[in-house]
Amino acid sequence: MYVAVKGGERAIDNAHAWLAEERRGDTSVPELSVAQIRAQMTLAVNRVMAEGSLYDPDLAALAIKQARGDLIEAIFLIRAYRTTLPRFGGSNPIDTEDMACDRRVSATFKDAPGGQVLGPTFDYTHRLLDFKLAADGDAGDVQVAEPQKTATPHIMSFLDREDLIQTEPAGKDVPDDLTRTPLELPASRALRLQSLTRGDEGFILGLAYSTQRGYARNHAFVAELRIGAVAVEMDIPELGFAIEIGEITVTECETVNQFQGSKTQPPQFTRGYGLVFGMTERKAISMALVDRALRWKELGEDCLGAPAQDEEFVLYHSDNIQATGFLEHIKLPHYVDFQSELELIRKLRREAQANIHQEAAE
Amino acid sequence: MNMVSDPNAARKGWLSLLAKSPAADVATLWADMTINPAHTLLRAPEIGGVMVRGRAGAIGAAFNLGEMTVTRASVKLADGTIGHGYVQGRGKDHALCAALVDALMQTNAAEAVDAGLLAPLRNAMASCKTTRASKAAATKVDFFTMVRGED
Repeated sequence: MYVAVKGGERAIDNAHAWLAEERRGDTSVPELSVAQIRAQMTLAVNRVMAEGSLYDPDLAALAIKQARGDLIEAIFLIRAYRTTLPRFGGSNPIDTEDMACDRRVSATFKDAPGGQVLGPTFDYTHRLLDFKLAADGDAGDVQVAEPQKTATPHIMSFLDREDLIQTEPAGKDVPDDLTRTPLELPASRALRLQSLTRGDEGFILGLAYSTQRGYARNHAFVAELRIGAVAVEMDIPELGFAIEIGEITVTECETVNQFQGSKTQPPQFTRGYGLVFGMTERKAISMALVDRALRWKELGEDCLGAPAQDEEFVLYHSDNIQATGFLEHIKLPHYVDFQSELELIRKLRREAQANIHQEAAE
Repeated sequence: MNMVSDPNAARKGWLSLLAKSPAADVATLWADMTINPAHTLLRAPEIGGVMVRGRAGAIGAAFNLGEMTVTRASVKLADGTIGHGYVQGRGKDHALCAALVDALMQTNAAEAVDAGLLAPLRNAMASCKTTRASKAAATKVDFFTMVRGED
């Protein structure tokens, strides 16, 4: 029940003023600029772009500053801004085969063409705090080598050639869009992938981990993980041809999973796919595992009742803005709701007490 | 498509370059050229979003990955030449500049604009790409196999 209540305006204004002061913090410490956040908190910026579902590093950095580093709040700001933009159109699907790879590793083929390129990774660090960074942030010299001239083909294409991996069916030219039409079940793979790529990293990670621990039998190999820049091309009606309208960094993860075969399919490997804005490899790997788990029906597998196989459970709970909106609203005034609950419980207690007295009297 | 036979290849090339180049670089180079062609705005610079798509499994059905910010503008020069600009991000001056360059590249000024603005942008982009690629190449793993004692 909603009842209009007035009041609290002065308290709200004062709270927001104090919020601004707390955001700034100790004024004897230099203020952070948006450019600093963009350049030095890159992975936070990437997460806000991925889950905010809007690729714009400047805006994501601003949102992080405004949200005092609360990334879900920052994602909320980006989602809200996103809705104010007129939609110019949809791009042609990006071609990740042409990616300028900063990083490209395969856990399945050691000597794949293009090689194993580690890129700027946390892997193989010792996870020991580096107290030198507390003193100064000078980076050492970066080594360079002759850039690769050859292409970096997708690892999956090798399995594809031998027909060892399930083929990817073609779909609609204009995929379903959950920002335009409400999500309905069963959802197309396009909708599932859109939902997963903007879903909460922690939630998708937890679900992916559950599939590894046995909730849905899925042993995934990372056939390929690549991170780098790809051009975005769009048809421009006034020109009559397509041009590149920008360049974005994305992380792509392709997993290969064993499949025993079914009544209709010979034994083959199957695919899971993750594609996420920015350098976001934990999220991309998680997305690929959850994508694969959700595909049980189309691959003719049994549903084992695992959470990651439950489309409704996964897709309706992965969005952290929806989740936090509903969750956090319960801290807002519910005085009238609660008043009625209070009266109800008092009445029930009175009745219960009366029954006890009556029984005692009898 | 064979790029050689594509009649729009050149125009596509400069529009793509303008879209991907940093707004600050475009602004500096444009200012340095000190040309200010008379023009009318067909479409005032406008900020919007484009839904970026990917493909399931990199090769399969298209899906929506998320949006990106894009700014566009269209101009008409005094001689009637029309130019369009679509650039990444929220740069109204960037988009306007791209549209003017697109128009000028269809006129006699093309050579001067190419030399003064597009060539430096092309070089900057190529150099930036090469730098990243050489850093990546230095992190490529050279595997070696430990020789087992067989003799």
